[in-house]
Amino acid sequence: MRDLILGAVAYDAKVVPIWEGFRAYFAAHGLAFDFVLYSNYERQVEAHLRGEIDVAWNSPLAWIATARTPERRAEAIAMRDTDRDLTSVVLVRAEGPIHQVTDLRGKRIGVGATDSPQATLIPLCALAEAGVEGEVVRHDVLVGKHGDHIGGERDAVKALLAGAVDAACVIDGNRLAFARDGLFGPGALRAVLQTERYDHCNFTVLDGPELTGGAAGAPPAIARFRELLLAMSYDDPGVRPLLDLEGLKAWCPGRTTGYAVLERAVDRFGMRA
Amino acid sequence: MTGAGVTAARPVVELGDLALDEGAHLLIKRALAAADEIWVRGTAASLAIDLPAWCRAQGHRLAERGGGFVIGRGPDRWTGAERAGTIAAPVERPPARWGLAARGALVEAGARELDLPLAERAVVWADEAARLYAQAAAAQWDPATAIPWPSPGEPAGHPEEVEDAVVQVMTYLIENETAALLVPTRFLGKLHPQFREVMQLLAIQAADEARHIEVFTRRAQLRRGVLGLSTAGGQASLATLFDEPDFAIASFLLSVLGEGSFLALLWFLRDHAPDRCTRELARLAAQDEARHVAFGLAHLSRHAALDPRLRDRLAAAIERRHAALAHTAGLNAEVFDALILLAAGSWEPAALRRGHAAVVALHREMDDGRRQRLARLGFAPEVAAALSALHTRNFM
Repeated sequence: MRDLILGAVAYDAKVVPIWEGFRAYFAAHGLAFDFVLYSNYERQVEAHLRGEIDVAWNSPLAWIATARTPERRAEAIAMRDTDRDLTSVVLVRAEGPIHQVTDLRGKRIGVGATDSPQATLIPLCALAEAGVEGEVVRHDVLVGKHGDHIGGERDAVKALLAGAVDAACVIDGNRLAFARDGLFGPGALRAVLQTERYDHCNFTVLDGPELTGGAAGAPPAIARFRELLLAMSYDDPGVRPLLDLEGLKAWCPGRTTGYAVLERAVDRFGMRA
Repeated sequence: MTGAGVTAARPVVELGDLALDEGAHLLIKRALAAADEIWVRGTAASLAIDLPAWCRAQGHRLAERGGGFVIGRGPDRWTGAERAGTIAAPVERPPARWGLAARGALVEAGARELDLPLAERAVVWADEAARLYAQAAAAQWDPATAIPWPSPGEPAGHPEEVEDAVVQVMTYLIENETAALLVPTRFLGKLHPQFREVMQLLAIQAADEARHIEVFTRRAQLRRGVLGLSTAGGQASLATLFDEPDFAIASFLLSVLGEGSFLALLWFLRDHAPDRCTRELARLAAQDEARHVAFGLAHLSRHAALDPRLRDRLAAAIERRHAALAHTAGLNAEVFDALILLAAGSWEPAALRRGHAAVVALHREMDDGRRQRLARLGFAPEVAAALSALHTRNFM
């Protein structure tokens, strides 16, 4: 049996030790596994559709791009616990003139990278649905990596603090992370909008029998890959460092119910906003 | 009120207006340490954004309920953690997975193992280490103030050639103290930190040697722009110490025999050097060296008591070193002659006779000291005498 090949996007140098670690974990459990790194999600999706990889570690936008490909059937087989039920927030200066979200009409909206679901597409969609459109000021850090790099969101908040924009869009967890880093003081920024919940990355496979429906007939390597992922326990000191590096406590079965708001955003703006 | 309250059902944590970016997570963590599930209430504007995000990152379950949040404790990274021994005393064989953790700390499972091969209590430990370290820490002296350095331009008060002899002896001392610094330091980097007191003692021992190197260098430079001679034979002798991979053997050759002999040499300088400054720096250095010898004797005595074969290994090491150095000249003639002239203080035949006699007495004293220390390690007197005679003629 040939190796199971996973594709992942190298948004940071730590991606290499992460997947080397997973490769060792899978090998120790008898699964021949290897990975290919791409510099952007578009290239990864193309390679997946061509059958060059068996599993894609996809951003939500890459998931939608794959799932919307005609005559192909995509399945999200697993995801991180930390990628479920996220929200994004639109922050303004607490002492500024913006008191409610509609005050942002026609104002400068600082967002992350043009293809960031959490810092651009989803919050802009939520603003539009609230009747707010303004001048979008992008903070393009590593376009093609779908906002995986935190830099764009940080730059948007810096721009807000400097008065260069009137609002900044970030994922909820980064609001807290930036505050703790001392980027802004307690109470300095206020959220005027919090989006509906959404999900983030998933492991995507193509054209197979549904794994989540019982895995009957699924390629054994993919079924085994999913089984081994779901079996990883944070209590196991051998795998805990890997889970810490990848930023999760447990792998969960994949679900696609959490992509509705991003679907609407893509319908509205396309893959980039 | 801000703080943790407890109801019969589940503890209630009232955060008041304290936000997660102001330290509220401490109250939540504290409550979760005591209960699987807690109820959190607060009025901070960002709480509804931050708390779900924080819980998600921590792996805690969260549900909104009754105007607050119910949090269920998620996985705990301290599952499987173990104590790195006790703070009071080291364990026999600390595992590499404890790494650099403080002795007695709770160590998370899964830490990277470090290469710390010196990890056997029987080999490295001495109960005296803590006392000797404390003594060393208290006895550190400042070279700038502890030594009566002469004022600039102050006449030497002894002949030029006696000054040359002092410079030659200082050159020799610097070289030997460099070995005494580097040899324990190489083992220090391999020592498991479980043996904290030994680690501290070796570190302060290295600091002692660094200070000795400083004062010997400064003394040599008082009236000369160049140093004396370094011989191939002297370096060959020190190289056998430098290359010794076994902690017990290196410690035995360096601390017990080498520094033990050096004690006598430093006392000799304290008693016979021509100027007060040299006498005083020799006295201070000897105080430090005495501690180094004491630790070597202490841990080797303990080791020998636990492992009766150690003495055979130590004896074999002396014989091996003697064989390795048999073709070398030993103590260089320049150092030997310099010691005579230094002790004589002048070229007067009577003074030279006194100086020569003092150096002969020094050799005897070194031999006596070595035999006594070997006896303390349990060698029979005749064996100790034979082994002492095989010690390197380079002293260290």
